[in-house]
Amino acid sequence: MSTTRDTDVRTGGAGAPDADGEADVARDADGENGMARDAGDLGEAGAQLSTAPREIVVPGSFGGARTPGAVGWLAWAGREAVGWARWFWRQLTSMRVALILLFLLSLGAIPGSLIPQSGTDETKVADFQAQHTTLGPIYEKLGLFHVYSSVWFSAIYILLFISLIGCIVPRTWQFVGQLRGRPPGAPRRLTRLPAYTTWRTEAQPEEVREEALKLLKQRRFRAHAAGDAVAAEKGYLREVGNLAFHMALIVMLIAFAWGQLFKSEGNKLIVEGDGFANTLTQYDDFKSGNLYSTDNLEPFSFTLDDFQGTYEATGPNRGTPRTYQATVDYSEGADGEEKKKTIKVNEPLEIGDSKVYLTAHGYAPVITVRDGKGDVVYRQAVPLLPLDANSTSTGAIKVMDGYRNAKGEREQLGFQAFFLPAYGGEGTAVVSQFPSLLNPVLNLEAYHGDLGVDAGLPQSVYQLEKKNMKEFKDSKGKQLRENLKPGETMQLPGGAGSITFEKGIKEWANFQVTEQPGSGWALAGAFTAIFGLAASLFIQRRRVWVRATTGADGVTVVEMAGLGRSESAKVPEELGALAEHLYDLAPGVPDADATPPDATPPDADAKSEPDADAETPTPEPPAVPAAEGAETK
Amino acid sequence: MTLAAATDLAAATNENLANLSNTLIYSAMAVYTLAFFAYIAEWTFGSRSKVSRTAAALTTAKDAKDGKKAAAPAVTVKKAGGTAVLERPKVVTRAAAGARDVPDGPGAHGGDEQGDLYGRIAVSLTVLAFLIAFGGVLTRALSVQRAPWGNMYEFNITFSTVAVGVYLALLAMKKNVRWMGLFLVTTVLLDLGLAVTVLYTASDQLVPALHSYWLYIHVSTAIFCGAVFYVGAVGTILYLFKDSYENKLATGGKPGRFATSVLERLPASSSLDKFSYRVNAAVFPLWTFTIIAGAIWAGDAWGRYWGWDPKETWSFITWVAYACYLHARATAGWKGRKAAYIALAAFACWLFNYYGVNIFVSGRHSYAGV
Ligand code: HEM
Repeated sequence: MSTTRDTDVRTGGAGAPDADGEADVARDADGENGMARDAGDLGEAGAQLSTAPREIVVPGSFGGARTPGAVGWLAWAGREAVGWARWFWRQLTSMRVALILLFLLSLGAIPGSLIPQSGTDETKVADFQAQHTTLGPIYEKLGLFHVYSSVWFSAIYILLFISLIGCIVPRTWQFVGQLRGRPPGAPRRLTRLPAYTTWRTEAQPEEVREEALKLLKQRRFRAHAAGDAVAAEKGYLREVGNLAFHMALIVMLIAFAWGQLFKSEGNKLIVEGDGFANTLTQYDDFKSGNLYSTDNLEPFSFTLDDFQGTYEATGPNRGTPRTYQATVDYSEGADGEEKKKTIKVNEPLEIGDSKVYLTAHGYAPVITVRDGKGDVVYRQAVPLLPLDANSTSTGAIKVMDGYRNAKGEREQLGFQAFFLPAYGGEGTAVVSQFPSLLNPVLNLEAYHGDLGVDAGLPQSVYQLEKKNMKEFKDSKGKQLRENLKPGETMQLPGGAGSITFEKGIKEWANFQVTEQPGSGWALAGAFTAIFGLAASLFIQRRRVWVRATTGADGVTVVEMAGLGRSESAKVPEELGALAEHLYDLAPGVPDADATPPDATPPDADAKSEPDADAETPTPEPPAVPAAEGAETK
Repeated sequence: MTLAAATDLAAATNENLANLSNTLIYSAMAVYTLAFFAYIAEWTFGSRSKVSRTAAALTTAKDAKDGKKAAAPAVTVKKAGGTAVLERPKVVTRAAAGARDVPDGPGAHGGDEQGDLYGRIAVSLTVLAFLIAFGGVLTRALSVQRAPWGNMYEFNITFSTVAVGVYLALLAMKKNVRWMGLFLVTTVLLDLGLAVTVLYTASDQLVPALHSYWLYIHVSTAIFCGAVFYVGAVGTILYLFKDSYENKLATGGKPGRFATSVLERLPASSSLDKFSYRVNAAVFPLWTFTIIAGAIWAGDAWGRYWGWDPKETWSFITWVAYACYLHARATAGWKGRKAAYIALAAFACWLFNYYGVNIFVSGRHSYAGV
């Protein structure tokens, strides 16, 4: 089997019956032999219609006989090593192994989509490991929590890409060779090709060939006269497309790898009116690729001027966000000129290699806290975290220093805050009814004591650590808790001070600043890949031969045949169109008798059998009536 | 008019459109059911004819191999029609080696006139049902004032409508695909049944990340590719059945009567194989584009163009699986049945991406509400 390559093409005519019994015997003995023989029959006609690698089977052990002595052994070992290396390379760059590697790549990608990945969700990975004490460590060992950067996954795609390069380079050379050479000459028997037509004409063979050459060139075939026939080929763009596609894959991979190594991604929450300068210390969190250096941070700064969210006010989509936009004043470089820009969800701000994305937003009520003497100890816009689509938000207000209680002692204050931009009013559930500020209400629970921030343990800014905090009590002895409207103040009992929910609620926006070098290359590669692919799949590479010879009775016999890389209806259609054209230039004459013009009729008693579809005017493949060729593969 | 009144009116219009959409979808299902019965009638009447072309072709071939002379192949000689008018040259084609020369079946009606009539009725009904379903999708889109693919219910009704649209478009292009009608309509009914029962969602909100023209580009091509892949997969499955049937006949086996009756009327396995290859190969570049469009959009919306999110991962897996299939077809020893299995596996990946990932796996795409 493996000696036949490109079976699709080279064996175009093997299904035909043979007059010569010896061939039948051969086929009966081994169907594949039959093909090989027929392939030989077509000569080089069908060769190299594709530059796909051939399946070459090389038996093992390459060293051959070993001559005695150390030198003999060395020579043998050398031959053996080279032989095996070549064998390995051939395997790696064969279509079969490429197929297997592609297979493995898709299989290997699966676990990463089902098992939590540390790259996307660290906490889920931790949860998983806590829950599965036996599986967890095994998964860890196998790299299943970071599949796409694991050794085995990398091995698959690196092998695949080595295979790809090893495949592309020779294919490109081969193709260049084909471009410099000429389409192969006509096979001996054109009747054996998948599409065939013939007629007799009074025109001279030379004239017919000349016209055929002109016609084919006009149709943008690469054509040349070779002997008694014209050979032509078209559709080279298919190969160009295919090679471009595979090269584009390499470009994309490199761009992607480059991006992974040199990327950075940081987050920063900014309240309206506040600013940000692009340095590491200003970020709330920051991640970067292995080769990233923070010196690469693009120097720029911006202030958040205004955040705006608009929402559908009516209809079934009431509350659906219509727009989110942040207006910023930014300047490039250390002290560049200030510019205004609106950042939207799908429209980041681009500065150099960096992109600033708007990723989240929320409310930041402005809070003032006074101590017992009435001095302001705290005034800040406190960002609160939205909990639902209507921006019901929660957070904590932490007064860490500067406060003294009624007795004049240092203490810390904490308030659990719950914010509804659109409170439904007395008696409704304590959730916001709409995401914008229709009826803002701030619910506060007051505590005093030790916030626990001095211990140095990291703490969420949105949560109150209540372990060492005491509740303030209201007059009835219950936890002090009040709903405030903008401008309202809640008094803390016993002259402990007050907290005011100021008018003018601010909004905050979260920005993600990313640098992902190489994305331009990835994009270029991607689009090359698409066009290459389209060319590779939609363009047919095909050959046409026109043979014009003088028959036994002195009348010119024209034969035309077409061969494509795969069986396609287009090859016969095109051949039909070409034949029609040529027929006008070299009109037919009636046959003298029913003898086919083929010098050696392949099947003497089949020749006058009318074609089943003989009445159909247009060629309609496959027009072959029920016939033989039913070898079981 | 007061603002409140206008609001109420708008809400009422949307409400009415949504109800109209539901009515249309149910009506489409009713008409698809009629089409289903008409296809069944076509197949039933078609079973009366005793064509046995496949068997005939394969047994002659076998006889030929056994030493008897085969029927003539097609080295036809162009004959002059008369002295005055000469016929144009005719192109003779022949199958590739190793391929069985089996003629295509006559189609579900099996050459039976009544069967053919029912088949035509079935196609007409399918067209009608398609138009109604299309109206259902359109009114749904109008009622929610956005593209009709915000959740799985909308996905399903759009998907099945596009799949039927592809089938009808192929028919309109005079491709030989009528044999597919029954299989397609059956699954479309199942798909719509699932949509209106399990997956029904009244209407819901889209997050701002979905407010992008990439939504229209990325999701519409994804649905279209899926529908075409589906049509290809139906061809592949039928190819596998027909191929085993032909294999059995060629090796002297005797397939069951029902199998014979049905498979007899389908196109030859080589035609089915070619059909599904062409369909899959034709959309593969578009599928590639879909993934790239998704990556560009993700780059704009989430700040990274590729992050191995489950949906992204499965799109990639599907893509690689189809690339595998295309490669297999160009690799010696992998053509035919093996390649067909890969094609089915690739479609299974697509399906999993569509249902499985939405239901079982959570990721950034999980706002596509079930
Ligand atoms: C990164 C993984 C790869 C992908 C996604 C890929 C994808 C594709 C696709 C979609 C086609 C078009 C099939 C057609 O023309 O019918 C193709 C063709 C081809 N690929 Fe790949 N390929 C990959 C790797 C490779 C490797 C490693 C090799 C080398 C052994 C290779 C060799 C070929 C050849 C020779 C063809 C043309 C076959 C023909 O002429 O029919 N590919 N590939």
